[in-house]
Parts: sequence; C-alpha cells; structure tokens
Amino acid sequence: MAEWDFEAPLKKLIEQSNELAQYPGDPDKERELIRLRRELEERRREIFSNLTPWQTTMVARHPNRPYSLDYVQALFTEFTELHGDRRFADDPAIVCGFALYAGRPVAVIGHQKGRDMKQKIYRNFGCPKPEGYRKALRVMRIAEKFRRPIITFVDTPGAYPGIDAEERGQAEAIAFNLREMSRLRTPIIVNVTGEGGSGGALAIAVGDRVNMLEHSIYSVISPEGCASILWRDAREAERAAFAMKITANDLKRLGVVDEIVSEPVGGAHLDHETTFRNVDAVIAKQMKTLASLRPEALVAERYRKFRNMGRLGQEFIQEDVASDAVIDERV
Amino acid sequence: MISGGQESRIPEGLWVRCGSCKEIIYRKEVVRNQNVCPKCGFHFRISARERLALLFNGPWTEFDRGLVSSDPLRFVDTKPYAARLKHGRARTNSCDALISALGEMGGMRAIIASMEYAFIGGSMGVVVGEKVARAVEKAAHERLPLIVVSCSGGARMMEGALSLMQMAKISAALAHLDEAGVPFISVLTDPTTGGVTASYAMLGDLNIAEPNALIGFAGPRVIEQTIRQKLPPGFQRSEFLLDHGMIDLIVDRRDLKATLICCLKYFLG
Repeated sequence: MAEWDFEAPLKKLIEQSNELAQYPGDPDKERELIRLRRELEERRREIFSNLTPWQTTMVARHPNRPYSLDYVQALFTEFTELHGDRRFADDPAIVCGFALYAGRPVAVIGHQKGRDMKQKIYRNFGCPKPEGYRKALRVMRIAEKFRRPIITFVDTPGAYPGIDAEERGQAEAIAFNLREMSRLRTPIIVNVTGEGGSGGALAIAVGDRVNMLEHSIYSVISPEGCASILWRDAREAERAAFAMKITANDLKRLGVVDEIVSEPVGGAHLDHETTFRNVDAVIAKQMKTLASLRPEALVAERYRKFRNMGRLGQEFIQEDVASDAVIDERV
Repeated sequence: MISGGQESRIPEGLWVRCGSCKEIIYRKEVVRNQNVCPKCGFHFRISARERLALLFNGPWTEFDRGLVSSDPLRFVDTKPYAARLKHGRARTNSCDALISALGEMGGMRAIIASMEYAFIGGSMGVVVGEKVARAVEKAAHERLPLIVVSCSGGARMMEGALSLMQMAKISAALAHLDEAGVPFISVLTDPTTGGVTASYAMLGDLNIAEPNALIGFAGPRVIEQTIRQKLPPGFQRSEFLLDHGMIDLIVDRRDLKATLICCLKYFLG
C-alpha cells in the first residue's frame, strides 16, 4: 500500500508484486517475487530513512499506528484500568492503570486516540482535559506510594483548547503535574509514540528516561499552529515542521530525548509486532538500570536531567556584560 | 506562543487615549498613576523595569544580565530569529524577555523576576527558563521570597522543544523551593498564556492577577477555531479565573506593592 506522495516510487513495485503473487506457483515466479519484495523493502527503507520533518509528522499521525492501549495489550498483563480524577470526571483521552510488566507490577499512563469516528470523538482525538492530567497524577502517586515504576505513552495533538478545559484550569493541571512528576520517588519511563503535542504531552512526560519512536514527533506547538502564528498561514506547516526541529534525531541531538526506538521499515503502522518488540527491549533495559537506583538518587538525577535542558555554551551563551549590575530607575 | 490581550503599552505623545474608556488623558497623569487610566482603571502594559521600579524600594541588583540565546535551531520564519533577538535587544535594552533582580520591599529583601512583553511577546525560551530557574535556586539557597511577574504569550516557538522543556525545568526547581519552605508569589498580568501559565505562573503559593488580564492556557483565537463558536464576554480574564477558583485574588496595580508586602509578612513575619 502506498499512502503518501513520498511513497509514489513504491507504487509500481507494490502493484507488480501483488499481480505476480496471484499467478500459480513455479520456481521462476517465486524467485522473481522474492526479488521484487526485496527491492520494495530496499526502496522503502531508503525513503523512510530520509523523511522530511513534515513527512514524519504524517507518519506519526497515521491512524493505524499503535496507540497506548495497543502497547498495554502487547507489553503488559493483568491491566486494570483506573478511572477518574476524584474531582470532576473521567477523561477518556488519557488511560491509566496498573499492570504487570515482565511479571512486575507497574503503573501505565497514556494518551489514547480513537480509530473510527465514534472512538475518536469518545477519546476527544487524544486531547486531554484537566481531569485527564489530574487522573494521571493521582495514579502516579499511588504508584509512588507502593514503589511501582511508571511507564507512560505519549501521543496527543495537545491539551484540549476548549471553554470547559479553561474553566477547570487546564494550565494549572499541566503545571501541577510538571512540578509533582519531577519529585515522584519512583522510576518513570516515557515513550513518545506518535505526536508529542506541547504542554499536553509534557504533562505526563517528565521522566527519568524519555524515548521516542523513530517516526514520532515532539514539539512546542503543532506545525500548523506555528505556521498560522509566524507565517500567518497554516498551509506553511511544512516549513514550520522543518524549522522547529521536531524529529527524534533532532531532539536526541538537542538532549531532549535519551533514546530513539527504531521502527519497522515503512513505519510502525505496517508492523505492530516489530514495533512492540523494539519498544519492549528499550523499556526492559531501562527498567533494569533504574531499579538499581535509590529513590533519592533517582529524583536528584531527574532534576539534573531537566535542569540541564538548555546548557550554558550550547543553547545560550554568557555575554561579557557586567553580570550583576545595580540599577536605579526610580521615577 | 500565543499573542493576544488588549491594547498594550501606553502610546507615545503628550496626550494618550485610553484603549478602554476612550478618554483623552494627559500622559504624565497616566504615568504618575502607575500606568493605570485615572478615569476607568484600565491597566496599561508596563515594561519589566517599570515593574521593578514600582515594586522595589530604591535600587535593585539584576542577575544574569549577560545570558543570550545562541539561536540553537538557527530558526528562520518570515525573518530570522537572530534578527528578532537583535530587534528585541534594541527595543528593550535587555538580552531577553525577563529581568531577575534582588531588592528590598517593605523592609524585606526579595527576588523579583519580571517579564518583558516587548521582547518577542515576552516568550519563554532557554534564556528566560534559565534565568527563572536561577532565580528560584537563589531564592531557595538564600531563603529569600520569590515573586515572578508574568507577562508572556507562552513558550518561544523559535527554540522549539527546548522552550517546552523550560516548563519542566522551572517547575522542577519550584518543587525544591516548595520543599525549602520559601514563599513564591506568582503575579499574572495581561497577557499570561500558554507554557508560562502552564508552568510557573500557576504554581505560586499565591497566584495574584491584575484586573482584566488575559490569562489562560490556549489563546482565545485557537479556542474559537477549535470549537467554532464565539467566546463569552470576559472569558479568560482575571475575574473569570477568580470565579473558577484559579487565582487567589485580583489586585489593582496601585495596591499591588502593599498587598505583596502584606502577604510576605504573613509568610515570613
């Protein structure tokens, strides 16, 4: 299946191999089919290792990409979903619960998108409201109390921009999570699996390790939002996506992300099983490392990690201005 | 991240027209009145330094004045970010959108970090993040109360996810300040939106707003486009936030200093 313009070079190969597959089997045909499929894989690999940030955005938003509950089903057992923030409501755009990971009890938190229209509306397109963030923190605090590691899956266009969300303190809910997650005395592993949409993503992403799937994005504002403000035209999203450095490679280089999880050739939506295996391998390794740290060391290390976002000499410089000047500007 | 808010700074000239009540007023009278319209009480936006002059008794000591963005993404939109930085510096005589300083108010030493809207919409990039984080750490270390006066469109798009990460960085620092038992008062002025609201501006022991300030997470235009309906009058203004339990009190600028001193005395006296 070729879905996007940038996959056009694959179209002919796909058609050829599909057609050939219908003919009765003989050794020549089989050889040719293998050759065609290998070539297809090769070309696809080439295309997907050179995606532009905007193309990556499209892959990151693919409706068949694994969503949080897909990871829950694949990587965990005995998942018990927990609902509600004990204040106002349950938010279906964030799922939370306890589960076993490799037999070990953990808490799982994730944004949840829907696939068909009914599900999309039910999940509010993966855009949480304040009660979603408050529910997430409530479950994370239970995890801390019983010393259970927390694993989060980040995939949201952003926190919901609506009247009700503002009324109930969207900003406060996010801010509070940022502060409290920074000091939770239990390991936190964050996986950006699709769209890491701004503060709405970060509110469940202050972790000891932050992983990003190869074709996911993580950004301060959506490319469309950035384009409509800076270019005054949402159609400039492609340029905005490039300018903001939203891909896993860029963010690893900038120190925002610890590890890039490779995806199957052509994107996670084409092969869920391989995606799960790759994510699983990274989480398993990190769980082991983090389990050996005492809570104090863990929290101190997490503080250092985020405190260093924007290091002297790299993202800002100290100019030779008289640094601490006494100013008297009384009127 | 989001621009918005009402008619901003007091315009140049001998006479000014209040954006709210439309009265023509002698400029000096407005300035003498702390940039509040003497007729209707409309709060004109003020600069970071004007704010410090208003709150501190006498001179103050600015920290980290030489911190400058290195333009880590080499960002270019309709013009290069480097040019926007240069323009901001020329316009404000500051290296970025925040001044942090130590001074005295009501007989107490305090640290105030004050945001500068005229510098790229008061947006928060790595330098603002670093200056706030350092101010928080200094407050914790020297056990001095911290006041942050926000006036910002949110996180700075031109530094991408690095700007976003400043939200986590500052919030983490505030957790330390909280544990140290040092007071932190957040003052929200017009406008305070996006990533600034969704981090330190909402995390004060007290959140105090100036009247009729635009305060929110998403900007009004974004919300209107999302829900495709007109927003109710007064939506996301200080009074709306007070009604919904998001801020402790609304204080007229002319009473702000006295109120802050009173609160700090309650915490520290």
